[in-house]
Amino acid sequence: MQNRIDQLFASKKKDILNIYCTAGYPEPDSTLTIMKALQDSGVDIIELGMPFSDPLADGPVIQDSSTRALKNGMSLHKLFEQLDGFRKDIHVPVILMGYLNPVLQYGVEAFLKKCAETGIDGLILPDLPMAEYEQDYKHLFEQYNLDLIFLVTPETSDARIRKIDTLSRGFIYAVSSSSTTGKDKDMGNQEAYFERLKSLQLSNPVLIGFGIKDKPTFDAAAAHANGAIIGTAFIRALDNSTDIVATVKNFVGNIRNGKAAEEPIIL
Amino acid sequence: MDIAIDTSKSRYHVDKNGYYGRFGGAYIPEMLYPNVEELQEQYMKVLSDPGFQEEFTDLLKNYVGRPSPLYYAKRLSAKYGAKIYLKREDLNHTGAHKVNNTIGQILLAKRLGKSRIIAETGAGQHGVATATVCALMGMECVVYMGEIDIERQAPNVARMKMLGATVVPATSGSKTLKDATNEAIRDWINNPVDTHYILGTAAGPHPYPDMVARFQSVISEEIKKQLLEQEGRENPDYLVACIGGGSNAAGTYFHYLDVPEVKIIAVEAGGKGINSGFSAASTKLGKIGIIHASKTLLMQTDDGQIVEPHSISAGLDYPGIGPMHAHLYETGRGTFLDATDDEALAAGYELSLLEGIIPAMESAHALAKLKDLDLKPEDVVVLCLSGRGDKDLNTYITNMKK
Repeated sequence: MQNRIDQLFASKKKDILNIYCTAGYPEPDSTLTIMKALQDSGVDIIELGMPFSDPLADGPVIQDSSTRALKNGMSLHKLFEQLDGFRKDIHVPVILMGYLNPVLQYGVEAFLKKCAETGIDGLILPDLPMAEYEQDYKHLFEQYNLDLIFLVTPETSDARIRKIDTLSRGFIYAVSSSSTTGKDKDMGNQEAYFERLKSLQLSNPVLIGFGIKDKPTFDAAAAHANGAIIGTAFIRALDNSTDIVATVKNFVGNIRNGKAAEEPIIL
Repeated sequence: MDIAIDTSKSRYHVDKNGYYGRFGGAYIPEMLYPNVEELQEQYMKVLSDPGFQEEFTDLLKNYVGRPSPLYYAKRLSAKYGAKIYLKREDLNHTGAHKVNNTIGQILLAKRLGKSRIIAETGAGQHGVATATVCALMGMECVVYMGEIDIERQAPNVARMKMLGATVVPATSGSKTLKDATNEAIRDWINNPVDTHYILGTAAGPHPYPDMVARFQSVISEEIKKQLLEQEGRENPDYLVACIGGGSNAAGTYFHYLDVPEVKIIAVEAGGKGINSGFSAASTKLGKIGIIHASKTLLMQTDDGQIVEPHSISAGLDYPGIGPMHAHLYETGRGTFLDATDDEALAAGYELSLLEGIIPAMESAHALAKLKDLDLKPEDVVVLCLSGRGDKDLNTYITNMKK
């Protein structure tokens, strides 16, 4: 059964823009405002971070946003309360990204059921290993028609990428370098890796993430895949925002139409 | 040398998938997969290699000073009415059991062709033991330490720097051991090719819990020989050790796990009391979950956020427990007790006066539970004195004035 992610990739193959934001950041109840503004600005996929105390795969900027969201009182229960009925206004695919421990405490099946009822389309759980997913959880994700999106890195072998491709649904999240989120690495060095991904002719679309912050870096990534994911740069933009809607529109506008950031952003 | 002994038939050791019962595994993001996979594939091959074992044994003997004595503590025994032996890990070079593991892992890192070493540390003992072996091998060393711990453990920070290590403050989260571990893992994600992560305890993703336990298993290997010489029997009635992550305990229990007549006693840090909100007793206060890529018992909120523990001993101040120990707890193979800060302090003062040995605060937790064991005069007890108390003098002095 097609979900919103499948429908998106069926109709659009290039320049897909996925933007990440931590739920409950910067304000306890800013999440829906940001989601609406992202959609209105033409973002294709919204990735919502479920805050966690120990986000191992994330860099300091996203970790700080997570810490702030937790201080703001964000929790999975609160997030689902806030998301209740959000599909009246938001039509783009929405993915939840987070770590396995809070999901285990919520109860994996209860969590997936709630995601499906609320209108979530997919999940990114970077610390859920393939073997455990296949053995314990795959049938539940399928039962609730939720995509699980796996990561690949430049160090991932071809054989493993193929295996990931058979288990992934929705798209594959290609980390642009072996690094935590927010690290500034030279996109040029990644070209061989992107070419390798292309040559594998994977069955899933590929979005490139980590290290993308402006139009040139977005375009460079999008040239090698179906699109790209931006997280850290967006979190930074929201950090001192006095007008969240204007900040979102300005940020997305710059990614789509803007120039390189005048000052290099040190991430 | 039994560090590579076949444990595949044991129900208490790691299984082929990296689990101890329902605990363990490797819940790592894809970015860490090549590093962890390499370790999983290589560690038993390297540990089984006679050349590796020879080098490891030689350094343990001539550099660390092993075997560490198994000391019959006569006055302590008289006080508690049993035959109590102390396994003197406090007499090792750098003052604790930690160095057994860092020697093993740096030799492994060399064999894997790594040129850079990272580590986490709480009180600084594992950081010092890592900085020491890096100096010995001429390898670059970066130690992550919580900003708060850097302030309260200044002498160990100075020791690490003197040994040539770079000490990087962990400024995220609660700025203590758990956050230092997060930062070390992040460093490893960003430096996947040239760097080996020397994890200091029997926790983290498979194969670390088993690998660290094996390097520490020299403790129980020696106990068996030494007890046979002194008591005419290999098996004590009780084995007692303190548990934070659980590396000295894993080493103390290792060769006895499948000897059911040996009672295994694990002592966790009760802090200010189990129900005080200031405790680190992960089995009693924890629920199953994932910390540092391992499924185990950990202290967390109902929402699955990992909470900050409390213990007077920085080495036990960890919200989780190694997966082997979670399994020993769940199967009932181990008896898990907890000692409060005050009980541990009292035990530390007592051992100093009775035996002339100032124990590390961690080891004092194990000593504190001797009074709660139902001991008979003929019982043989072996207690792992995991470290010396020099690093804790401030704590001892401050509390003496009270």
